[in-house]
Formats: sequence, structure tokens, C-alpha cells
Amino acid sequence: MKALRNYLDKIKPNFEEGGKLAMFRSVFEGFETFLFVPNTTSKSGVHIHDSIDSKRTMTVVIIALLPALLFGMYNVGYQHNLAVGINPGFWMTFIFGFLAVLPKIIVSYVVGLGIEFTVAQYKKEEIQEGFLVSGMLIPMIVPVDTPLWMIAVATAFAVIFAKEVFGGTGYNIFNVALVTRAFLFFAYPAAMSGDQVFVRTSDTFGIGAADGVVDGFTGATPLGQIAVAGKELIGNFHVTDVTGKVISTMDYFVGLIPGSIGETSVIAILIGAAILLFTGIASWKTMGSVFVGGAVVAAIFNMIGTTVVMTVSPADHLFLGGFAFGAVFMATDPVTSARTETGKYIYGFLVGAMAIIIRALNPGYPEGMMLAILLMNVFAPLIDYYVVEANVTRRLKRAIK
Amino acid sequence: MGLLSKKNKEVLVGPLSINNPVIVQMLGICSALGVTSKLEPALVMGISVTAVVAFSNVIISLLRNTIPNRIRIIVQLVVVAALVTIASEVLKAYAYDVNKQLSVFVGLIITNCILMGRLEAFALGNGPWESFLDGVGNGLGYAIILVIVGFFRELLGSGTLFGVQVIPQVFYDWGYVNNGLMILPPMALIVIAVIIWVHRSRNKELQEN
Repeated sequence: MKALRNYLDKIKPNFEEGGKLAMFRSVFEGFETFLFVPNTTSKSGVHIHDSIDSKRTMTVVIIALLPALLFGMYNVGYQHNLAVGINPGFWMTFIFGFLAVLPKIIVSYVVGLGIEFTVAQYKKEEIQEGFLVSGMLIPMIVPVDTPLWMIAVATAFAVIFAKEVFGGTGYNIFNVALVTRAFLFFAYPAAMSGDQVFVRTSDTFGIGAADGVVDGFTGATPLGQIAVAGKELIGNFHVTDVTGKVISTMDYFVGLIPGSIGETSVIAILIGAAILLFTGIASWKTMGSVFVGGAVVAAIFNMIGTTVVMTVSPADHLFLGGFAFGAVFMATDPVTSARTETGKYIYGFLVGAMAIIIRALNPGYPEGMMLAILLMNVFAPLIDYYVVEANVTRRLKRAIK
Repeated sequence: MGLLSKKNKEVLVGPLSINNPVIVQMLGICSALGVTSKLEPALVMGISVTAVVAFSNVIISLLRNTIPNRIRIIVQLVVVAALVTIASEVLKAYAYDVNKQLSVFVGLIITNCILMGRLEAFALGNGPWESFLDGVGNGLGYAIILVIVGFFRELLGSGTLFGVQVIPQVFYDWGYVNNGLMILPPMALIVIAVIIWVHRSRNKELQEN
């Protein structure tokens, strides 16, 4: 550690104004503060300081994402093996998934951080660390077969139009990773939905089988199957895995099912949730009320039960698709969610409720979590405003009495 | 006063950039989102609006001293409605396909804020020739923005320009896919926003603080 610190101090003058590498000043500064907590303090005004700064916060979120990411990598390989009918063992399965996911992570970080570094250098500001988490979320919420150039275009769009134009990290109205996904979803629907993209049936850098899927192969996600199921199947509908075998709630919970890379395993996501809640980075109020909202609305739809998607049990709804992932990692985004304590309950409940409503009532979107969170991002400031107003009114009444 | 005196030139050229009705005055945004998914309807819409604004400006300018102030809006509407109907009929006769693509937006020229804005702000207080130039300038300012937006939306959204394939087939073979979001209105809003961004960064006096 000491040696690294000394080395950084030694090369630092090169990056100062007038140094020969001054054009990379922001990059250097970004890495320096990423590696070591800066010892500078704020120069003006009154500030509340937490014991950890935002770079350390982001690092914890990345650690919380790791279980879901590693499971997602394994699952990519596992689904591929099922689809082509091979069994190369645990490590080859994981390596297949690792090689399939790694390029997406690299593309997302290179494009996103490239734009952030350029903007920071141009505006002579410090690098904003917000993309550290967004860059990891983006590859985890896309299907495995999304082309890399699409991820690059969508990431660039989201970083510029959802973040930089609003003023950078901390000022964005929408969750950047979800804007990326929404851009992909509406711009390239063929690459983001349907039953061709969630399971890789070709090889990855020569690993895995190149072609030839097993008999009865279907690449549709459980929610995709539920969305297209006709009314005549109510009470007699079964979700199948890629080989046509019937799967149930326990499989959804474990997560060896087709879906976007990081979203399938509820277990892995819950480990991440535990890390976030234990360190106090995510709000349990937001997270919990998302699940409550989803469960309540799913139970109401169960009572109506006129289509297959309405008859899906609340537990299944919460385990399937991006619901758990969105609730734990997206809805709790401190920038775009509600900030008041009461507001967090309202915000979270409405996110969960909207997600299930979109799933059940809009046949065009089998998954509603992305749109639900983006929609509630818009309303978060309004919720906060009325919570604060209500508080003011209540206290005024007490004072006037 | 010459036909193209310095003041008249300003009246004609100002709305093209520094006083553009769409990107500076923020008028006519709705139709700019509605008709620009392809370049051809955007161009036709721009020409139609230019014609309607120019001639309604002239007519109102000629009548400006005889219109009672209280009913001037109604008179303006009658004039504009007549001209829009003529434009619509001409389009139906000579450009039926484009007219179908434009659908209601031809009729809705009557509600275009640029029209009423120019009639109220300019034609009621200036002579017919100046009003004509003002109408042409504002119509062209509107048309320019529509064409720019239509160009990018059609190029990136459909890979074509005026319906002709311009992105070569090899790109598609390599895996390029048209951007479906470009066809949808939200992207038109973002394209206009980018135009405003570029325009303001080049014209610093327009930047608000």
C-alpha cells in the first residue's frame, strides 16, 4: 500500500497543469481517489460528512452485485449446455459464461467511463464516480446475445442524455442503467425481447458447441411464455425450461432459468441485498415496499384471474424476471428514488405495483420492472414534495394551536 | 425603402437562425415531432407551412386597417383556414402519398403557433411586402429544422433518405440494425434538443443564465 502511495505521489506532477500528461489529469485523479480516500476537505459551506465517501459506497455496491454477476455467468453457460445438449463440467460452463459476459462489461465501462473522463477533463472537474455502478449494472440487465455495438450506442446515449446533460452524477432524473436498457428495448426490440436472445446457442470464442440445439428447444423466458399463453390454459399452464421440462417456484428462486444475465437468481440477489442492507447503503424501506407492492397487486390480480399472467402467484411474480434485481439494485438508487423516509414507502410500493400492472395488463411488455422504475423516477421528486408539504402543514397546525 | 433593404433582409434572414421559430421561440414543436419520421413529409410540411404563413401574412397585412380589433382572431382563423384548405387540396391532387403520410397534420397547420404568432406579432403592424418576407423567413426557419430532424430520423431509423436506401446492404450483413427509437416521437424531441444545444453553443447571446 505504502509503495503504491509513493508511486502515485512520484508520478503526480506529470498530471498537474503544465505537466506532460496534463490531458489525462482527470483520469489520474479518478484512479488516485479510487485507490486512496482523498485527504482534502470541503472549502465552503456546511456539509454533513459520512464516514465513507461516494467512491467507497460505489465499491460496496459492486461487491453486492458480484454474487448475481458470477451466478449470471454460470447460468449463461448452463443454459447454453442445456440448449445444445452437452455437459462439459462446472468450470467449462462457468468459463463459457465468463467469456460471454466479459466483453459486455468491458464495452460498457470503456464507453461510459470514456465519456465521463472526457467530460470531466473538458469541464476541468473531478471525475464523477457514478458510472462505476451503472457500468456494472448495464451488462447484467441485457440478454446474453445483445450485440456489443448496441450496448456501446445505448451506453453512450444514456450517459450523455440521461446524466451529463442534467449535470452529471447526482443530478440525473433517471437511473442511467435503466435508460440504457430502455434505449435498447425500444431501439432494437428484436435484440432485446422474444425467444432468440436469452440463451446463447452458438459458441463463445470457440468454447461450447457451435450449433445444433436439442429437440424441443425453446429460448423463451418464463415471463415470455406466460405472456403468450392463451386464456384456455388457465389452471393448466406450466412454465418450461429450455429443453421443455416443467419448472416451478423453486427453480425461479434458484435461478437456473433463461433471462437477462444478472437477474435470474433470487438467492444471489438476496446475498447482494443483505450486503447493501447490512452496510446501510440501500434503504430497506424502499426495497421492502417494492416487494410488498408487487405482492399486493399480484394477489389482487390472482382474484381477478382472467388471463394466465393474472393467475401467476405473488411469489412467482416476485421471483421471475427482473423484479428482485430491480427492487434491490435499481429502485434503491439513492439519486433517482424518493429521499424522504415516508416517501420511500410510497415510492417503493408504487414501483412494485406498477411492475406487476404492466406485466399483467400490457401484452406488449412481458416484463414491467424497467418501465415501472423509470416511471416512478419521474414521480419521486413529486412524492418528496408532498411528503415535505404534509409535514410542514402538520407542524404548522400544531404550532398555531 | 428598397424591396430588400437592410431591415427587410433582417426580417427574412433572422428567423432562419437567430430568431428561429422552432429552436429559439419553441413554437410548432408538436408538428415537428409528428411529421419528421421521414424526410419527404417533413419537407412537404415545411413548404406547406411556408406557403400558408407567407400568404396569410400578406392577406392579414392588407386587411390590417379594416379588421375590428375585437374579432381579429376570428378573421385570422378564417384566412388561415381557407389557405390551409387550399394547401391540403393541392397536396391531395399532386402529392397524394405524402398527404396520406402527413394525415391530420396538414389540417392542423391551422393550430400551428407559428402562424397565429406571426399574424399577431408582425402582419397586424407591418406592410404586405414586409409581412410576406417575414412569413417566408419564418416558414423556412421551421422547414429547415424539420428537414434536419427528418434527415437524421430517416437515416438512422430507416436507413433511407427520401425513401432511397442509403445505408448499404453490407452494413446490415455485418449486423447493423436500424434504430427503432428514431421512428418514435421521443427521439424527435431529443434530436431537436441536440439542435438547440448546438445552436446555443454557437450563439452565446441566446443562452439563458
